[in-house]
Amino acid sequence: MVNSAYMKSISQIIYIENGLYKQCMQTVTLIPGDGIGPEISSAVMKIFEAAKAPIRWEERNVTAIKGPGGRWMIPPDAKESMDRSKIGLKGPLKTPIAAGHPSMNLLLRKTFDLYANVRPCVSIEGYKTPYTDVNLVTIRENTEGEYSGIEHVIVDGVVQSIKLITEDASRRIAEYAFEYARNNQRTSVTAVHKANIMRMSDGLFLRKCREVAENYKDIKFTEMYLDTVCLNMVQDPTQFDVLVMPNLYGDILSDLCAGLIGGLGVTPSGNIGANGVAIFESVHGTAPDIAGLDMANPTALLLSAVMMLRHMGLHDYGNKIQTACFDTIRDKKVLTKDLGGNSKCSEFTAEICRRIQDMA
Amino acid sequence: MAAHSAVLSMSKIINPFWGGRLGNTVKVFGTTLTSHRNKTLLTGENIPPPAKYGGRHTVTLIPGDGIGPELLNHVREVFRFSCVPVDFEVVNVNSALETDDDMNNAITAIRRNGIALKGNIETKHTMAPSVKSRNNLLRTSLDLYANVMHCQSLPGVQTRHKNIDIMIIRENTEGEYSSLEHESVSGVVESLKIITRNNSLRIADYAFKLAREKGRRRVTAVHKANIMKLGDGLFLQCCREVASGYPDITFDSMIVDNTTMQLVSKPHQFDVMVMPNLYGNVVSNVCAGLVGGPGLVPGANYGNAYAVFETATRNTGKSIAGKNIANPTAMLLASCMMLDHLKLYDHATMIRHAVLKTMNETRLHTADIGGQGTTSEVVQTIMRIIQSGGQLTTEL
Repeated sequence: MVNSAYMKSISQIIYIENGLYKQCMQTVTLIPGDGIGPEISSAVMKIFEAAKAPIRWEERNVTAIKGPGGRWMIPPDAKESMDRSKIGLKGPLKTPIAAGHPSMNLLLRKTFDLYANVRPCVSIEGYKTPYTDVNLVTIRENTEGEYSGIEHVIVDGVVQSIKLITEDASRRIAEYAFEYARNNQRTSVTAVHKANIMRMSDGLFLRKCREVAENYKDIKFTEMYLDTVCLNMVQDPTQFDVLVMPNLYGDILSDLCAGLIGGLGVTPSGNIGANGVAIFESVHGTAPDIAGLDMANPTALLLSAVMMLRHMGLHDYGNKIQTACFDTIRDKKVLTKDLGGNSKCSEFTAEICRRIQDMA
Repeated sequence: MAAHSAVLSMSKIINPFWGGRLGNTVKVFGTTLTSHRNKTLLTGENIPPPAKYGGRHTVTLIPGDGIGPELLNHVREVFRFSCVPVDFEVVNVNSALETDDDMNNAITAIRRNGIALKGNIETKHTMAPSVKSRNNLLRTSLDLYANVMHCQSLPGVQTRHKNIDIMIIRENTEGEYSSLEHESVSGVVESLKIITRNNSLRIADYAFKLAREKGRRRVTAVHKANIMKLGDGLFLQCCREVASGYPDITFDSMIVDNTTMQLVSKPHQFDVMVMPNLYGNVVSNVCAGLVGGPGLVPGANYGNAYAVFETATRNTGKSIAGKNIANPTAMLLASCMMLDHLKLYDHATMIRHAVLKTMNETRLHTADIGGQGTTSEVVQTIMRIIQSGGQLTTEL
């Protein structure tokens, strides 16, 4: 009796690697997606295996099905898996046109109340763009704003779209932004708005940001007009740190920042929901033209997975994998076609795995 | 058209006889009509500018806030130096006041003169929502529906991307800037974005006409119709309708987030872009940043009857006001656009040439583009180039 308890505690102590106290494998729901989704997902799984990350993958498929009451929903086993594991990694999903149901991304967002979209944009050494030293994070409110989908035809030829800003959603996103800044050692948060024109709506958003800023005195809070941000972003992106903003501005700015570092093929993204759910995804398309040809670039999904590791507290594994990935890209010997080389996806993956194993 | 020319010729006949008595009404009417005719881009017809007394034009000048007053003073200096036949009627707008009287005076003055040159009027967004943005009020009252901005890389300015040449035409009166907001329930605010068929057709028509006049090959509509299906969908549909009438010009469309991504990586694929109000704000600021900053690009707001010229990115520049470091290029180029509109082409070319020569050859730059020159130094150099008739000696 005593012996087995003693052996158990010994094995627990041995299991502590690099000062981490993770004793059990964590489950992550993996949604491979469509097109190049399956290939890049398996690439990520291989790399995680090489890094010996304590992640157990649960693969689920997400296709819209009609639930009881006629409402579209995601398959119940996918929902159950996500609710249990709370962390998800998603590949690109195809949105079929005229399928009668809303896009899958929208369904996921509604199901798990994914209110914050976080995109860290860091310049990748080795993938040259006109902009170097970009290091910022865009945090975008993901549920309301201009994308509320409320539109009416008032009279023939006049259409109104409603932009909805609520106190709760604004407060929630502001709190998340400041929490993120604190947890990731960021020094300042900038609220992006157009309150000179949309006085009430963006004014409300700003007020909430200011209120939340009072509780985070260690982080500098500034406000800037959307047009000034755009203007300065393309001239000197180094002046920005964390940006928080409503839905439409977030959409435009996060894609602008992705363009600064090289496009959607190398940009990670994470969606944070209520109840502790977080889904990390690659934001590029399904690329049906290169699906199955082993030509895909897994960098975006890999960096999103690294973001996921950091979110879960597994910073060491995250850093290891990220360093290996960036080193591979910097070396320029084994690169996929979109990064300027002509290696296959599997070769790129193998190279990263090799580097990780060399590091250990 | 025939009616317009009839009234115009009538006004020309009446004017010498009735001079002062009927003068005002006919002149105002005449000004309005000629502005409209000038704007409809009829080539080959020699329409004289809407001159008033003694061949001199009167232009409303709204100094605004921040760097507006000092830059417009420089413009006046250069105009006086170059003997430009333009008189400025200065109308001050105090942005600290909550009433609209100042603004109404300014709008009346512009209605009187037909043309204006303005600095940006500050909008304190801490004020109550009933105090609307003054700049927006001006644009909507005068129905200046087209904001035109021509972004061109200047050879003397260091930028990450070279040889950019994009024209941006932005709908200026509706869209997200309708200023229609209400708080239906406490804590829930709704803001209305209005898109109308008439305005969308109008701006698309303007864009294609301008593209044809300038010999441009492609017009790109920027939208977000995948999300705002009815609103931006209507805009896109109107653009497509107008495009069908211009088979010589290629028309395509792009979603706004993809557009910003493409602009920072491959800006050379764009030629002419047309879009609703808010996307226009974003895209024009991105393009201004790409060619070197807010101090370099002029902008113009055109309506059927009036035209107002200002800097493209409409910055107040409060932080650099009064320090003599602002870049006068944008405002001077805007004033050249105004002279072109008044058909004073020679003066416009002379001043523009001097400004660009200062920028590109003497390399006298202000702080915003990485130089150490002051505003006055730049303006002095420009005037010197004008004086020497364009021949710049090497001592400079």
